[in-house]
Amino acid sequence: MKADKEGVLTGNHFLDGDHACCEGAIAAGCRFVAGYPITPSTEVVERIASRFPLVGGIFIQMEDEIASSIAICGGSWAGKKSMTVTSGPGLSLMMEHIGYAAMTETPCVFVDVQRGGPSTGLPTMPAQADIMQARWGSHGDYEIIALAPNSCQEAFDLTVHAFNLSEKYRVPVLFMLDECVGHMTEKVVIPEADEIEIEPRKMTNKKPGEYLLYETDDSMVPEMVHAGEGYNFHITGLTHDERGYPNLTVDTQAKLVRRLCDKINKNADDIIMYEDFHLDDADTVVIAFGITSRIAQHAVNMARDEGKKVGFIRLQVIWPFPEQIIRELAGGNVKKFVVPELNLGQLVLEVERVVAGQAEVVSVPHAGGTVHNPEDIYEKL
Amino acid sequence: MSKKEMKITGFGGQGIILTGLLIGRAATLYEDKHAVLIQSFGPEARGGACGAQVTVSDEPILYPYVKEPEILVTLSQEAYSTYIGQLRPGGTLIYEENLVTPRDLPEGVKSYCVPSTQIAEDLGRKIVQNIVALGFFTAVTKIVDPESMKNAIKTAVPKGTIDLNLKAFDKGYSYFKNGS
Amino acid sequence: MGKTDTLNKTAEVRTPAENPVDKYLRMDRMPHIWCPGCGIGSTVNCFVRAVEDAMIDIKKLAIVSGIGCTGRVAGYMNLDSFHTTHGRAIPMATGVKLANPEMNVVVYSGDGDLFAIGGNHFIHAARRNLDIKIICVNNFTYGMTGGQVTPTTPQGIIASTMPYGNFEHTFNLPFLAESCGAVYVARWTAAHVKQLTKSMKEMMSKKGFGFIEIFSPCPTLFGRRNKIADGLEHMIQFKDKCKIKKGASAKEATFDPDNEIVLGTFVNTERKTFMESMNDRYEKVFGPKYVRYGEE
Repeated sequence: MKADKEGVLTGNHFLDGDHACCEGAIAAGCRFVAGYPITPSTEVVERIASRFPLVGGIFIQMEDEIASSIAICGGSWAGKKSMTVTSGPGLSLMMEHIGYAAMTETPCVFVDVQRGGPSTGLPTMPAQADIMQARWGSHGDYEIIALAPNSCQEAFDLTVHAFNLSEKYRVPVLFMLDECVGHMTEKVVIPEADEIEIEPRKMTNKKPGEYLLYETDDSMVPEMVHAGEGYNFHITGLTHDERGYPNLTVDTQAKLVRRLCDKINKNADDIIMYEDFHLDDADTVVIAFGITSRIAQHAVNMARDEGKKVGFIRLQVIWPFPEQIIRELAGGNVKKFVVPELNLGQLVLEVERVVAGQAEVVSVPHAGGTVHNPEDIYEKL
Repeated sequence: MSKKEMKITGFGGQGIILTGLLIGRAATLYEDKHAVLIQSFGPEARGGACGAQVTVSDEPILYPYVKEPEILVTLSQEAYSTYIGQLRPGGTLIYEENLVTPRDLPEGVKSYCVPSTQIAEDLGRKIVQNIVALGFFTAVTKIVDPESMKNAIKTAVPKGTIDLNLKAFDKGYSYFKNGS
Repeated sequence: MGKTDTLNKTAEVRTPAENPVDKYLRMDRMPHIWCPGCGIGSTVNCFVRAVEDAMIDIKKLAIVSGIGCTGRVAGYMNLDSFHTTHGRAIPMATGVKLANPEMNVVVYSGDGDLFAIGGNHFIHAARRNLDIKIICVNNFTYGMTGGQVTPTTPQGIIASTMPYGNFEHTFNLPFLAESCGAVYVARWTAAHVKQLTKSMKEMMSKKGFGFIEIFSPCPTLFGRRNKIADGLEHMIQFKDKCKIKKGASAKEATFDPDNEIVLGTFVNTERKTFMESMNDRYEKVFGPKYVRYGEE
């Protein structure tokens, strides 16, 4: 399916990452946004508030992030592609409904423009320290998808993709910008609507009576219905059976929670996205994402200019983590993985887990507030 | 053209961020260049010294921040004091003639000044002093073509003010051309 | 007609399968979890009759509950139903209503859920005059978790987390609702089924933010600790102590078990809803190029 022409701002723009993210959401067909102001993400909802009235969307500034994060679940079940937008302190409050959206299989997008933490931290400065919270922040076993753009163009492109993934897998998708990408301004090319691929919501063809809310086929993703269509569906955060009814038994729990994880993990190949450079001859590989990937690429270029055999993997999807490629590299000629990130070592733990002692893993941490100096990364290569 | 890193600075309300935005728009939308703009946020953006960091390059730009600008534009004394220490040796300083006294100018710096506020006042609207300065900047630095800059202005300022802004740009541009 | 006659007649004419309430319930989920003597079930009966009387298209009716005993109402109603996280029924309802304005959205939840953890959402939804209806079954306790104190527990009452008697001040919910901007505010008890049904119908037929508080017995966790032996006795107490007052002010709607308790409709007024205000504003700003949202 192609994007609806209405609202797609086709053309060349000079936009900051937050605004580009807003345009990506509109192009993806998002028409319900509930949010609460928080630096450095506010520009996304400000632009939504200004753009929505003339594209048939509805925005509401809720009383807090908790309310915003469940209002979008309601919006999604009532038939609109829905999104909320926040930064670290707000993301902490939204954890309740990242879990709820995962449990009820509600397609929705959570935009997190990361700033320095913990707590109020550095409101106007970048960090990438929400990476583990994105993956593990809500209680219980569940899987989400998280993406991280490294440019304003990607803030547009990958927002569209975030919506597509949330629809395809009926899962909350976290769109993890950082303050730097969110607030910097670059050229953004918005294509024609018919060049933008849109994943339609997986609606059922079954009639009420034949349809079960959480019945699945091999895709492990159930078909959806909306409020007002006569299906009289029931959603709950309680452990539930295929009808959606609470069923607090060991068997139902195992079946449900395993499927919620499997539908992401077993489709990881379809979801994972990364760019790689110079892996063929590399004995050292840098793994980075978001703004840090640009600094890392600079460092890799410096090393390559000197003839060093350094490869580079730039993650666009962080969760699920691209285990396979890293495992293959670790089992091959790569002796060292270098992981720079704007936190004191989060994603590096995942790299260590996957590499499992087969190669050296070097963390290049940074407490946030700005980006690395390329030299800090270069020195480790 | 190799990579050009610059800072546009002044006090909040002078249109500093817009000036940076126009340079980026001219370079990316009306020429085939790459540009990144980083603007200051937080308390410093609300009065006091404020700055826009702009990088323009023929190649994609990886590192987005400007730490040691090659070109520094200062439209206020406070901004001058805050940022002059960052200017690269041999760099270019552009300043507002009547608002900035370039004390302790580092050696080797090429400096150019324009009475942009006065020129804007002569045009009847002090508010366009940043556009006068932008015209002057365009003439001094030659980073983007003046036509590109004018196109960027036309599509970014309020409709009723396009002529005034273009006039302001031309005044600033020709102030350098006539002076040199 | 004597009492026995009525019962016999009921047994004769209404077999369980023909109970008009049945079609509104998920019979495959019965029996429900509510204790004998609990008042929630009778409020649900009233609600169903009110929906029928108001002739609401049940295809376009959604019910949203939070967590707790009353929070289970959504699960038993054969409607589009949302069992949310604790306290978040109102923002969920907000999302449903705004994304599909055709829906009539009812929030059915308890005093702890709506006014402790969910209090902030209540006041803001009322302030916005969001077109949703709130039914609060107030049993003065957290039944599901074992009888803890809530924002409405009267002073002196024993609760599991107030073992020496509650000493906190309580909310006057109708007054709170009115001051936040609700356009319909009423209070009944689970024993006042006729008045409650009529009031629910009245609220459901109205646009804007409506609120009904219903006092309900909780014999298991409230009564047991406070020498009110069973639900029926609590109901009788309600009947005795409560006085229906026409045109009463919400300010009078305090709850003091030792004194007369005022019931009735406190507020029934008109105010632009969130969506009407939004549409009017955008229409004023954008003119004819603005398409009014959610209107045919």
